[in-house]
Amino acid sequence: MSRLSLHSISKSYGAIHALSHVSVTVEPGEVLGLMGDNGAGKTTLVKIIAGNFPPSTGEIRVDDQPVTFHNPRDAQRHGIEVVYQDLALCDNLSAASNVFLGRETMRSLGPLRYIDYAKMNRVAAELFRQLKSETRPRDLVRRMSGGQRQAVAIARTLLSEPKIVIMDEPTAAISVRQVAEVLDVIRRLRDHGISVILISHRMPDVFGVSDKIAVLRRGELVASKRADQSSPEEVTGLITGAIEAA
Amino acid sequence: MTTLDDVIARSEHRSWISRVSSRQLFWVFIAAVLACLALSILTDSFATERNLFNVARNFAFVGIIAIGMTTVIASGGIDLSVGSTVVLSAMVISVTMEGGMPFLLAFPLALLAALLVGVLNGVLVAYAGMPPFVVTLGTLSAARSLAMVLSDNKMIWNFGPDHDLLIWVGGGSTLGIPHPLYVLAALALVMSLVFRWTRWGQHLLAIGSNENAAILTGIPVRRMKVSIYGVSALTAGLAGVLMAGWLGSVTTNLGQGMELTVIAAAVIGGANLAGGEGSALGAVVGALLIEVIRNSLILLGISTFWQGMFIGTFIVVAVAFDRVRHFRS
Ligand SMILES: Nc1ncnc2c1ncn2[C@@H]1O[C@H](COP(=O)(O)OP(=O)(O)O)[C@@H](O)[C@H]1O
Ligand SMILES: [Mg+2]
Repeated sequence: MSRLSLHSISKSYGAIHALSHVSVTVEPGEVLGLMGDNGAGKTTLVKIIAGNFPPSTGEIRVDDQPVTFHNPRDAQRHGIEVVYQDLALCDNLSAASNVFLGRETMRSLGPLRYIDYAKMNRVAAELFRQLKSETRPRDLVRRMSGGQRQAVAIARTLLSEPKIVIMDEPTAAISVRQVAEVLDVIRRLRDHGISVILISHRMPDVFGVSDKIAVLRRGELVASKRADQSSPEEVTGLITGAIEAA
Repeated sequence: MTTLDDVIARSEHRSWISRVSSRQLFWVFIAAVLACLALSILTDSFATERNLFNVARNFAFVGIIAIGMTTVIASGGIDLSVGSTVVLSAMVISVTMEGGMPFLLAFPLALLAALLVGVLNGVLVAYAGMPPFVVTLGTLSAARSLAMVLSDNKMIWNFGPDHDLLIWVGGGSTLGIPHPLYVLAALALVMSLVFRWTRWGQHLLAIGSNENAAILTGIPVRRMKVSIYGVSALTAGLAGVLMAGWLGSVTTNLGQGMELTVIAAAVIGGANLAGGEGSALGAVVGALLIEVIRNSLILLGISTFWQGMFIGTFIVVAVAFDRVRHFRS
């Protein structure tokens, strides 16, 4: 059984073919490192898996069942969560509000329904503790460090016991120590049987945690193989086109 | 766990006073109070019942619409069409009531007309992706034109069988307080709760803060925008009905230029033109300051031609303060 399988996914923006016939699978508890040059189509692929828009053609299966996502909530309902490249946080809201954004916990008072901030703060504090982050749930995201923002974005994905967590360049804008923390988080997710798709430019990060490596070049999948059967040199060649395919 | 909560509790406790005094809202309120005190001392006419009554009512109209405007601004948009929506709603209620329609039918009809303007704004902004400034500039022109067509550009002063009821609703008072103030208070209370405690309120701030994030997390941004412009238009429509009753007659220049006063009130009250911030209470306090200043110009014998200068300066200064505040943090 594959946790997630993509079958011949294509996507064009008008005349631009961002993805053509991409097929790839991810097993439960597997970390897939997705690599490729700028504009290779990584973010586009993430957005398709996350339900931000449908593929032009192709099929997505979760646990071998074909699925169609009309919006991000559909994907979330199937256990797919994403940490976006720019983290997609709202600076003017608290950490807890960001974690629950779009899925706020509600309480009822007679016919009235209102946001249960107390519970959201409690759950968010617990998630931050799991992530070993010193982020405080009530603090505004605007005043936070890069690592804390990262924790908020990752905590958001853990809210609903996800099956698959996708991270788009999670280590792009943070310090070396924080990178190590993010990689630790990825390992912990994997140990809980959660599949992770990690997108990164940083070869050591990818080889440090990935079980499998996939390489996109100009919208085409040129490699998808076990990390221990590949090497940074080979992947670099695949990304640049020096190596045609592997 | 307890230690974390302790730290949170302590830090919140310690900064309570500094937090209040760092709020723009606090200082605007102090400014308004000081202006009132100064006027009571400097003039004989400010603290008279009649003048206060008028100030209160004008303030209520601006405040009601400023609450709707704050909603739009906090979501990262702008609504220039409110002044024209005021006249459209006032014209719909006066024309239909003159034609014999009872108040209880004409009132929702006027609100519906206003709502249609807002929905049109929202649809063009959200679904056609047009800039709010351009869209609402268009409806600013179109809605007032429609009011002229409706009334044949004539003044309407006869509101038919329910004439006295409309006059009472907009111009009357209960327990010495003019009715528009009750409406303002109720609206401010409801919208404060909505901003803070509902998903709609949270999502509104999220859209204004980072629209892309809102879209990525699956918030129905387009539908939200339509409803946001709808709310703004409804507050303008409500004010239009009340103004019709207060004035006892409606002409097609009602509410002209009001959008600027309202935007100034919202911005002075802490609504961030870049989106993501704003409160109903702020809109009310902003409207209070604007109205007191406007009244003071009149009472101090300064030509009313200077009003636009003051309002323009206020907008720029408030935005400048905001820049400085964000620059520091
Ligand atoms: N919204 C869009 N409209 C048009 N073209 C786009 C859009 N988003 C991405 N593209 C194009 O699709 C290609 C893949 O982009 P992207 O998925 O962002 O790549 P990556 O994340 O690997 O850098 C690029 O050529 C990019 O210019
Ligand atoms: Mg990208």
